[in-house]
Amino acid sequence: MINQLGYYSLVFCVLFSLFIITKSTRAIISKNSKFDGIYYNLVFLQLFLVLFSFFCLVFNFIVSDFSNVTVYNNSHTSKPLFYKISGVWGNHEGSLLLWLLVLILFLFLFILNSKKSENGYKLLTIVFQEVIILGFLLFIIFTSNPFEYLFPTPTEGLGLNPILQDPALAIHPPILYLGYVGTSLVFSSSLAATVNKSINSDWAKHIKKWIFASWIFLTLGIMLGSIWAYYELGWGGFWFWDPVENVSLMPWLCLTALLHSVLVLEKRNSLKNWTVILSIATFALSMSGTFLVRSGILNSIHTFANDPSRGLFILIFLFILILLAIIIYFSFEIKNPNPSNNFFWLSKETAVLINNWFMMYFLSVVLIGTLYPIFLEVISNEKISVGAPFYHKLMVPFLIPFFIFMSIGPRLKWIKDKFTKINYYQILILILSLVISYLIVEYSGVKYLFSTILISTSIFLFYSSASDLVKKNIQFPQKISHFAFSLLIISILVNGIYSKEINSNMKVGDNLTFMNKKIEFKSINFEKQDNYNLLRGHFEISEEGKIPINFQPEIRIYDQPVISTSEADIKTNLLNDNFIVFSLLKEGEVFNVRYQQKPFMIWIWISLIMLAFGGSLALIKK
Amino acid sequence: MKKIFTLITFSFLLLILINNSVLADNNISKVDSISKNLRCLICQGQSVYDSQSEFAISVKDLIKKKIEEGNSDNDIYEYLKNKYGDWIMYEPELDKKTLLLWILPLILFVFGGLLIFKKAFINYNKNV
Amino acid sequence: MKFKKLNLVLILLITILVFFALYLGMKKQNLYTTDHIVNKKMPNLISTELFTGEETNLSELVAKERFTILNIWASWCAPCRSEHKHLITLSSNNNSKIVGLNYKDKIENAKSFISELGNPYDHILLDKKGFISIDIGAYGVPETYVIDNTNNKIIKKYLGPIDEFILEEIINILNS
Repeated sequence: MINQLGYYSLVFCVLFSLFIITKSTRAIISKNSKFDGIYYNLVFLQLFLVLFSFFCLVFNFIVSDFSNVTVYNNSHTSKPLFYKISGVWGNHEGSLLLWLLVLILFLFLFILNSKKSENGYKLLTIVFQEVIILGFLLFIIFTSNPFEYLFPTPTEGLGLNPILQDPALAIHPPILYLGYVGTSLVFSSSLAATVNKSINSDWAKHIKKWIFASWIFLTLGIMLGSIWAYYELGWGGFWFWDPVENVSLMPWLCLTALLHSVLVLEKRNSLKNWTVILSIATFALSMSGTFLVRSGILNSIHTFANDPSRGLFILIFLFILILLAIIIYFSFEIKNPNPSNNFFWLSKETAVLINNWFMMYFLSVVLIGTLYPIFLEVISNEKISVGAPFYHKLMVPFLIPFFIFMSIGPRLKWIKDKFTKINYYQILILILSLVISYLIVEYSGVKYLFSTILISTSIFLFYSSASDLVKKNIQFPQKISHFAFSLLIISILVNGIYSKEINSNMKVGDNLTFMNKKIEFKSINFEKQDNYNLLRGHFEISEEGKIPINFQPEIRIYDQPVISTSEADIKTNLLNDNFIVFSLLKEGEVFNVRYQQKPFMIWIWISLIMLAFGGSLALIKK
Repeated sequence: MKKIFTLITFSFLLLILINNSVLADNNISKVDSISKNLRCLICQGQSVYDSQSEFAISVKDLIKKKIEEGNSDNDIYEYLKNKYGDWIMYEPELDKKTLLLWILPLILFVFGGLLIFKKAFINYNKNV
Repeated sequence: MKFKKLNLVLILLITILVFFALYLGMKKQNLYTTDHIVNKKMPNLISTELFTGEETNLSELVAKERFTILNIWASWCAPCRSEHKHLITLSSNNNSKIVGLNYKDKIENAKSFISELGNPYDHILLDKKGFISIDIGAYGVPETYVIDNTNNKIIKKYLGPIDEFILEEIINILNS
């Protein structure tokens, strides 16, 4: 019953979409300047239907209705309630329903928020967004129906992967989707404004908040994914250049570029074409992400269940949307009013251009790195891996000029700035940065020569953005976010250079000496929990003159499905994370124990939150 | 105000230095450093170093044996690439088939730079 | 105007190319291809025999028959149990010798596995540390190689347990 209600709500939504598209297209063609209040109602009803459908699925999960295939595949009666609910979007069908929900929600909010905007523009945005919504509806109904029946009804489900039973991972998809879907609205809106010939600073002012909102959610979403990887996977890393991670990073880089270029559009009515191109590209990247993760073309730890027919649908859908965008962009020329629309080299506009230049470069590295193995295999049937060394080698050297530009750029004036007297103080700081980084490199034995320059430029950036915090003539949100970014860089660098680890096979009673610490494997005990059994290891790490610390990592053995995972015990403080994880070796008595000391981990998370916080300040500020 | 701020910033950074560098121990074993560069072929996204699967353990033991027999890092990489193909290496080699992979981003970077140069220098001076 | 049209055509071309490549990429779903090992020469295996304890050279063992079937197995491997009966069927074929490679196992466990399920192997070699398997490009257990003894080339490699279809395919190769 609930299944059918959920399903037919979606079918009704299709009718609504078709009706809305037809009605608004007619209104546009007839140049009807009245914006009928009916659009509010139509979209609201559509939203209501999808919300209802979504709650039907949630209900099915909560009551463990295994007559629903999706619930059967992804849930279990013994799952805690919180994870039953998060299981709704922890699978392909449910996550698409969530995508759809957010798509319609954002359209509705857009209509509410655009009361002062021109009618032609509003109607066009609705058309484009509804085309996307229609595509997703059809995709769900025809290939990814979350309301499929299973008969006879099984008494128990197949259970959710235990690795996914984690709080960070539970909220990671919704937050990420808010980011992705936000870009759809920017896409629709930019196409609408292009057709309407209204790409100008008013449009920029209006669309800015949607760009910022998407960016904030995307930043937080990516952060949550990294937090999950760090705490849950037990490998001690937070970024692996895994294709699915890259696929979330790409729209983020594009969105960061867009965020900056839209400011130029707002302030100077310039960079019109580029801003529209970025808007299209960002959404294309978000959608490609959806495709890549679900089509089976990528293999990684977090792809969804693979199904080529689904992949084909998204591929064609994406192709149509991009084709549409290309045709519109080339058909409706965006005119620049100001003939001398060029920038002075020492100006904030040029600084933004340089930011975009680097963002696009980093984007191209990630894009090419992710797609190249696929293309190579298609052409020559050879398989290669593109892993972390590739990304580091191509990106890290470019960080050096990037940091220097970022130290100067935000302070430049609009239109034209000039070099005032040389600031001796700045040069002193630069020299001090060089000295400190030289000492760091010397002591830590990091091999690359340019590490010195890299560290010194990031220290310089840190100082610049920190001192900007107290300057009066710079916007507050910008100060916070830029400082947060420089803090993020410093934290990642320190973490990368100073992390230390050791791993060894140990039996109970063994101990290990590492640096000046003694790691003792004291004992092990067996415990039973709700839906898993666990082996808890007791380790004591003692350091001379300090109180010994106890660690209790676990090996969890789940019963539904049968998987065993290692849960690290991580002790965090402001300076370091101490990390112990152990796993059972085949022989039974011996365990592989891995201890890591990771400096500044918490600052990575803090700076990311601060980064998003700066963005939200910009949002509130208007 | 500014000077106090600078002082705090740099003390903070010196603190990092002191806390870590005295115990700087980067004697990561050869087996570890080699296995970090190898993909565990039966795992999803783990390196041979990270993985505790049978395959990974065998590879690590083999690396150890080959080091003891006097093989260089490169010998070991070549041996494994010969047996499993290039994709066991995380870093794509620079050869005929990966040339485009490494060069294309750089070409795009130069191209982007030229565009900006045109906009901010040449065109500006032309029209001003 | 012409410049703009050129741009449009170029972009459309690139987009179509990219989508086509992604479409083809989607079709190639197999992660573990065996292409790179087929038609390569089989390295020589030298190891201890399970029952006799002697150092044995694989090439000396299989000189007579046309084909060699090399099966990697272990007593702790569950799918190896399910494929075992197919190996027994194969052992009756006169064109081939079946050699088992016992992977990272305890001798007692290997011996009881054989006595429990029967011995399809003409010889069983030990790979205690997994080095031999790496030398022949294997990923784990179970895996089966079909080798042509005339030129010492690997004709086929199967990942995972042998089922009825694979069994039929192997028999066809052996009888050709």
